[in-house]
Amino acid sequence: MTEASARPMVRSEPPALALESITCTFPAAARDDQPYTAVREASVRVGKGEFVSLIGPTGCGKSTLLNVAAGLMAPTSGSVLVEGAPLRGLNRDAGYLFQADALIPWRSALDNIAAGLQFHGVDRAERTERAQHWLERVGLAGFGNRYPHQLSGGMRKRVALAQTLILDPKIILMDEPFSALDAQTRELMENELLELWSSDRKSVLFITHDLEEAISLSDRVVVLSAGPAAGPIGEFAIDLARPRDVSEVRMTKRFLELHRKIWELLKAEVLKSHVRQKHA
Amino acid sequence: MSGRSTPSGPLMILYRLVFLLALFAIWHALTESGLLPRFFFGSPLLVLEKAARWFASGKIYKHLAITLLETVLAFGCGTLLGLATGLWLALAPAASSLLDPYIKGANAMPRVILAPIFAVWFGLGILSKVALGITLVFFIVFFNVYQGVKEVSPVVLSNARMLGATRRDLLRHIYLPSATSWVFSSLHTSVGMAFVGAVVGEYLGSAAGVGYLILQAEGAFDINTVFAGILVLTAFALLLDWIVTVTERHLLRWRPTSEGARLSNR
Repeated sequence: MTEASARPMVRSEPPALALESITCTFPAAARDDQPYTAVREASVRVGKGEFVSLIGPTGCGKSTLLNVAAGLMAPTSGSVLVEGAPLRGLNRDAGYLFQADALIPWRSALDNIAAGLQFHGVDRAERTERAQHWLERVGLAGFGNRYPHQLSGGMRKRVALAQTLILDPKIILMDEPFSALDAQTRELMENELLELWSSDRKSVLFITHDLEEAISLSDRVVVLSAGPAAGPIGEFAIDLARPRDVSEVRMTKRFLELHRKIWELLKAEVLKSHVRQKHA
Repeated sequence: MSGRSTPSGPLMILYRLVFLLALFAIWHALTESGLLPRFFFGSPLLVLEKAARWFASGKIYKHLAITLLETVLAFGCGTLLGLATGLWLALAPAASSLLDPYIKGANAMPRVILAPIFAVWFGLGILSKVALGITLVFFIVFFNVYQGVKEVSPVVLSNARMLGATRRDLLRHIYLPSATSWVFSSLHTSVGMAFVGAVVGEYLGSAAGVGYLILQAEGAFDINTVFAGILVLTAFALLLDWIVTVTERHLLRWRPTSEGARLSNR
């Protein structure tokens, strides 16, 4: 446990990450098109050590919000605060787990995990040792010199997880990281993620369109409206006991209650998004 | 270079040798019987004898060494220039847009016509051949590097940036490796082009090299020596190609092959 650093100027500790009334407008693709507003006036806060899921129908601008939080994209208006300080440029406190494969294809698993340390100027001997440690931690000991294409989808996700966590980021941003995996691998990865997370309780902003995943992992679930001009329309505290096993927790009564409550709100948005896509 | 198709391995090599012998036999039969005039089509036995005599006397080595030196220099300089220009233009959209029509024009122009100019500028030594080879190699490498940089997955780039890569890190650890992988996969073409540049340059005016031998023999209507030169060049080109294949296999081992794809699809 790290001691909370004393901040005399601020009474209560600021959230680890705060998105304050973010609006993102993209210029029109064709001349006759209207500019597209993906997100309008969206505010989301992630407390220190809190696991927050953003859930919404596909195409609701979830990834846009996450890119804004990472500093990969500047919002049209609104601000991002990292521990109370406005974000400029890339969010150096954040690690980002992408939905698509983001590993460097010409580097072995070990060298991929060590990449971040290399960019930060850690010498070869130390970064190899630390990468080796993380390789074992994500259960891939002995696969260090495999190239990404020689690993299964689940293994690649593990490497990506280690690649992000080795830098010890204060905030982890995850963009549907497990959506490409089969159901069994996915549950395994979710449990492993919870285990890794519970060991040092980082702040997590997790994006998903899978309600079960959102509830079983999170402390809080934020529901986004269907795009365009998406924004949060509801927030639910998930008061399920930890540590959790994602497959067991899904059988509990409280889980089903929460699921029903959130689904009532989410369903309408999913339908809206369906209708819109059909007519698009 | 074992054949992958059925009959495999050594048997295929044997078939290939038989095929080669058959070609020579047909050539021999046609010219011996008088169906084809020997003056224009030569005689395989004399051709082989000529080639053998070149190697026995050691006369050919000097010329081969010159041609090889020109090829290597053209390949090396052309690759470096193409790599640097490709990286620069791919990462500088304004310059790329400015130079685009000129590069396209220069690439569309048949570069062989530059050979006389290079001969005037650089003389009849190896430099004019290297220059010609460079103009051929440069564009292949340039377009591959340009493509290689453009094809870098934006997700991989974002990921590297989130992991703390500076612009220099991106250049060194993402763009350059991606570009070089495209250069490696175009090795066959660029080495071949360097070789073409060397031989064509020699053929158009030189004092040494295998192309020069052919040029001289042609001047004396010695068709057998011309064929012997072509034979030696072909064998040499095959050797170069084999070296490239071995190098490529080593350098691109991280690339998904059909076997690798099967592994990852489990």
